Amino acid sequence: MDLNPKPWTQTTVVGKAVPRIDGAERLSGVTRYALDVSLPDMLFAATLRCPHAHARVVKVDLSKAREMPGVRAILSDADKEAQIPWYFNGYGPNARALSRLFDPHCRYQGEEIAVVAAETQLQAWDAVRAIQVEYQQLPFVTSLEDAQKPGAPPVQDGGNLASPASVYTRGDIAKGFAEAEAVVEETYRTSCELHTSQEVHGCVAHWDGDLLTLWDSDQSPFDIQRGVAELLRMPLSKVRVNARYGAGFGSKLDTSKYMVAAALIARKTRRPVKYFLTREEVYLCVGNRPAHLMKLKAGAKKDGTLTAFELTAAGEVGAYPGDDNVGQMVQELYTCPNVKITEDQYFINAGQNRAFRAPGFPQCAWALEQTMDALAEKLGLDPVDFRLKNVAMVCQTEENRPYTSNGLPQCLSEGAKAFGWKEARAGARGEAAIVRGVGVASGMWGYLAPPHATVIVKYFDDGSANLNMGSTDIGTGHCTVMAQIVAEELGVPLGKIEVESADTQTTQFADGASGSRSVMITGPAVRSACLDVKAKLLAAAAAEFQVFDGDLKFENGEITGPPGVPRTPARRLRFVQEQGVVVGVGVRAPHPANKSVRPFCTHFAEVEVNRRTGEVRLVRMLAAHDSGRVMNLATYSNQVYGGITMGIGFALTEQRILDANTGKMLNANFHDYKIPTALDVPAELTVLPIDPHDTEVNSTGTKGIGEPALVPAAAAIANAFYHATGVRATVSPITRASVINLLHQGRKQG
Amino acid sequence: MESVNEKERRSALSRRRFFGSVAGGATEAALIGAAVTAEAHPGALEAPPAETIPITLTVNGHTHALMAEPRWTLLHVLRDRLGFAGTKQGCERGECGSCTVLIDGVARYACMTLAVEAAGRQITTIEGLLEGGELGPVQQGFLEEDGYQCGFCTPGQIVSVEALLRKTPDPNLDQIREGISGNLCRCGAYANIFRAARRAAELKKAGR
Repeated sequence: MDLNPKPWTQTTVVGKAVPRIDGAERLSGVTRYALDVSLPDMLFAATLRCPHAHARVVKVDLSKAREMPGVRAILSDADKEAQIPWYFNGYGPNARALSRLFDPHCRYQGEEIAVVAAETQLQAWDAVRAIQVEYQQLPFVTSLEDAQKPGAPPVQDGGNLASPASVYTRGDIAKGFAEAEAVVEETYRTSCELHTSQEVHGCVAHWDGDLLTLWDSDQSPFDIQRGVAELLRMPLSKVRVNARYGAGFGSKLDTSKYMVAAALIARKTRRPVKYFLTREEVYLCVGNRPAHLMKLKAGAKKDGTLTAFELTAAGEVGAYPGDDNVGQMVQELYTCPNVKITEDQYFINAGQNRAFRAPGFPQCAWALEQTMDALAEKLGLDPVDFRLKNVAMVCQTEENRPYTSNGLPQCLSEGAKAFGWKEARAGARGEAAIVRGVGVASGMWGYLAPPHATVIVKYFDDGSANLNMGSTDIGTGHCTVMAQIVAEELGVPLGKIEVESADTQTTQFADGASGSRSVMITGPAVRSACLDVKAKLLAAAAAEFQVFDGDLKFENGEITGPPGVPRTPARRLRFVQEQGVVVGVGVRAPHPANKSVRPFCTHFAEVEVNRRTGEVRLVRMLAAHDSGRVMNLATYSNQVYGGITMGIGFALTEQRILDANTGKMLNANFHDYKIPTALDVPAELTVLPIDPHDTEVNSTGTKGIGEPALVPAAAAIANAFYHATGVRATVSPITRASVINLLHQGRKQG
Repeated sequence: MESVNEKERRSALSRRRFFGSVAGGATEAALIGAAVTAEAHPGALEAPPAETIPITLTVNGHTHALMAEPRWTLLHVLRDRLGFAGTKQGCERGECGSCTVLIDGVARYACMTLAVEAAGRQITTIEGLLEGGELGPVQQGFLEEDGYQCGFCTPGQIVSVEALLRKTPDPNLDQIREGISGNLCRCGAYANIFRAARRAAELKKAGR
């Protein structure tokens, strides 16, 4: 049996908007997240963090803290076992550590100095406050712009340039602009955003002999298992990570200091340790989407043919190397023969960036899609038509290979139709205090990494099944979608499928929940495992009925065959009844050779702008997405709603504010760092799935929805803002104060 | 028993430390790079003695007697002392709403309520909205409309919708928005939460 067949042509369970199989547990408060794990005799940990943007720790006096009630252990740089290298200047054996677990050189507000474990959480905090530290404060730099200035205080020894400029070129940029009949150029800036998952970061660490178990709030248990094992010099078999998931958006992919410190203290005290960050610490220490400056120049001919793109971008990585490249959509979303992209990354005295939902792409969309709008206007073309004309049907980044599918033209045209684009665009914008506008933006998501997943499906002799997979459901409905595949293939009702996932001890390696790839990576492996079960059942039936297995069929959990073979429920086969279980194993096949895989999307937005108060209100939004097959319309749509909602924050409210005078973050809390609330989301959000019936991408026909759902949302809002006001908002977020300033400048110029 | 003089000496010391750190801040710019400042960690407090007092809490109709420190929040007691882990801890500063519970039928942040304040009042948590072990109408509405993603803010959202529907059985969209405006959902499932609240209203009306 081919374990990696073409995608289904007809389905009965896959594609249905079934409720989540773990819904009742999540909705009744029964689900145990990492933060809810409680073990007998557990200690609680709290961290002393550097309060300064840049300082050297001269002296740490733990004597008073050690005498505090309930304190059982304090871990600091004075402990030999805690001198673990951290933050590297690259990858591989030659990478050099730039810091260590409790490094006395603190390069941002929030760097770890000591961890206390005590009998209660409050006692741990009391003791942290009793630690006396002498700091030598050092000059600091808190913005991307300042970091680039000559004489700026260096964050790292080599200065503030985090990595040599990456340059991408194709064609001849000078020729491209010479051929252009219209050229636009603008500098865009996006602000630093924080992930702020609802569950804070943290874990419970427990040693059972030499086996370390971490119940951790993360989205990539196998990567974290490897990271912790390497840092503690332990074999993988002795590190168990059980991921319990309260969302992550990319901030819970990395091996974090708290994991290693929890393990060390648990070993030292011989007791389980619960170690979670506070909300403020999450804002400071576990990642962000870095701010970006993007100068984008674009040229086109009168007929709308693009001739050149030139992007010069700078991003801030925080105090230690990271990356968040923004160029990929400029490279490949639209057909353009001449492209040059230069990207620099700079250090500032702030927490290191981490992957954040489609890293680099929403920033790029902010610049690219506003540029496309400006160019369309200059050419007198409709923004939808202009994009349609330039959609790239081959992947220009990957040697002009064709995409397995590209539904972007349909996203644009069918989306425009469903939104009522032409009418809305032509409609009156209004002269009163409140003006209206509509905007469009497209996007894509790109991933290159090879896929990995090994899945086990157990089919029991009562007709129920266990799905055992390493992937992680961080809130996407992943487990439900995977169970739908089992139900589809084996005819087992969803209620009789138990999913076991995201535990490095009891499930097999799978890539983490990142890159919008959980469904598209693990899904085909689940299908393979089911087909393996099916092949074994057919072989057993062939032996039992003395026919060729090729003459038998498996339908809805039953074996049927030529005359003489009774219609038999698979569970009733003698082999199954004797063995008790049939085990199928599925391994994810590679991506198709010589084809590129991308999801695509277009968002349409309508906004109202109050010219007196500066308020921007999103009236409605339509999101057309080609992410391949829709496995479950309910969870798919929910991802899109979530992406749009996050895009509203990107466009209108979210920004980390670092005080230039003190170097400290001014809004490290939910009150001052404004994520969208129920009051900010429009009632009318429409999801328009475009299914290109991709038969090549993998055996499920899926391409991933989580990240593309966010990519163009903010840019569509920005373009609608321009349509409403006639003023380009180049800086995110478009706050009320910035709107008043923009409109004032617009009036002066106009 | 420490003498009055000893107390004064300590309080003078902490005042001096306070002023010292303020002065350090003001001169930071001038001394930067050279200054070595000795200071307690900002916000340093002496630990209060861990005295406990007896309290009785009524949670989901059952009474629980325990010894509690006066500084313990209701959230801490529910989660860590009584095992009601369905009530989530999101920020511990009254901003996200993950810890929302009903106190005498009104939605309240458990992280901003001291346990001693809640003594003698009727507390309802997410677990208390189950009906005979089955999902209650609000929980059922959330299930049917996929009104959640990671589910971490969800108990708080559900409790807020429950509070809303008790007061406003047939809410319009604006009333629903207002009802859950104190509950953040970073996954951004609001669009489905609105529908879930409408569905819950229908289920309640139908006697579910």
